[in-house]
Amino acid sequence: MSGNYFLYLGTAALWTVGLSLMAMVGGGLLGFCIALLRVSPVKPFAWAAIAYIQVVQGIPLLVLLFISYFGFSIAGFNPSPLVTVVIAFSVYSAAYLGEIWRGSIQSVSKTQWEASSCLGFPRHLQLRQIILPQAVRIATPPTVGFMVQLVKNTSLASVVGFIELARAGQILNNTLFQPFTVFIFVALIYFCLCFPLSYVSKKLESSYVANR
Amino acid sequence: MSQIVNVENVHKRFGQNHVLNGVSLSINRGQVVAIIGRSGSGKSTLLRCLNGLEKIESGSITVCGTQVNGLPAKALLELRQRVGIVFQGYNLFPHLTVRKNVTLALTSIKKMNANKAEKIALKVLEQVGMAEKLDAYPEQLSGGQQQRVAIARSLAMMPELILFDEVTSALDPELTGEVLRTMENLARDGMTMALVTHEMAFAKKVADVLVFMHAGKVWEMGPPTELFSSPRTEELSRFINSEL
Repeated sequence: MSGNYFLYLGTAALWTVGLSLMAMVGGGLLGFCIALLRVSPVKPFAWAAIAYIQVVQGIPLLVLLFISYFGFSIAGFNPSPLVTVVIAFSVYSAAYLGEIWRGSIQSVSKTQWEASSCLGFPRHLQLRQIILPQAVRIATPPTVGFMVQLVKNTSLASVVGFIELARAGQILNNTLFQPFTVFIFVALIYFCLCFPLSYVSKKLESSYVANR
Repeated sequence: MSQIVNVENVHKRFGQNHVLNGVSLSINRGQVVAIIGRSGSGKSTLLRCLNGLEKIESGSITVCGTQVNGLPAKALLELRQRVGIVFQGYNLFPHLTVRKNVTLALTSIKKMNANKAEKIALKVLEQVGMAEKLDAYPEQLSGGQQQRVAIARSLAMMPELILFDEVTSALDPELTGEVLRTMENLARDGMTMALVTHEMAFAKKVADVLVFMHAGKVWEMGPPTELFSSPRTEELSRFINSEL
């Protein structure tokens, strides 16, 4: 494999990173809203969030990608593949992050709500100053764990013509006919992207346990 | 003496269990009222009804001139700034320092500036003997110390009344002493206090009024010395004997 090929894979890897980041931001924002709705004392809000989570978690990511990709063009819009892919990944991530964060919020002891309420804190301040800061600590390891999954799952974006790392490996192999070399190299790049995340996750997990 | 708490014929059920079965009671400003009774007699529930943590089914509860039952959420939060509560499990905010635990409600609820809040925090922490732990986190403190910080957090709000819900039940005897001394000092300073307790000696020594609850009712009520030396009912005399 010559330098050009490495450059090609490197560029594709940047797309993988970019796509992961965009999905994380989009999914994070949407997922945060889902989590807040999910723990809302207003029942219809909670039901809406549950429905969203159940529906999205019940659909394969691949199908979400198709729906987003073809759905927009059928509806008469013509967004770039990047936009449709980012939307699909955000919708997907939001369901999982929303559920992770819902669990984190709810695992903060009820007595914390009670104690702050007894000091006169209204709900939004309770969440902001008392509950969420504690939930963040609980949420960090599983959130990072999900990010690792997400980075790997971006490979599915190739099905709608988005050229990221896995797709680039495929294309490269079509010219080189060296599947083993190419895909080992692709795998290595994925590992280099994911390992730091896993490592950070483990670190955070142990520091969280130590800080209890 | 003016009345600060008035409870009239309050009923409350948890499922089949009639925890409060027609409770009536009043507390005057400056009084220390100790509520005793067996587990399940409704004493903690009664205390929690006083600041609206538990809803009642019928009857009426008036605290600081405000009717608690049926009070809208916003008004209830305002009332709670005037009625402190200290829990058995301390319930400090674990992610905040002692300083922040005490000042947070002052700055974000009472909209006090940081300097003023800090001064109050220092004063109330000195009052409970915890001023030197200003920058510690709750997990670095013993149970007794955490409970004293919880008392300080409550005091900082300048409440007209503080409720104490079995605040020493989770502590070993040595740590119980330091918390009880703190409470005794508060009582001496004239703080109005309602406390649910298993510390009979403390109740006898500090309380102005002793309330014995049994079967969801105020079974006997009066000056502690009187109740302890000559209980009028079989239930109270049995309870006293079992506790001593």
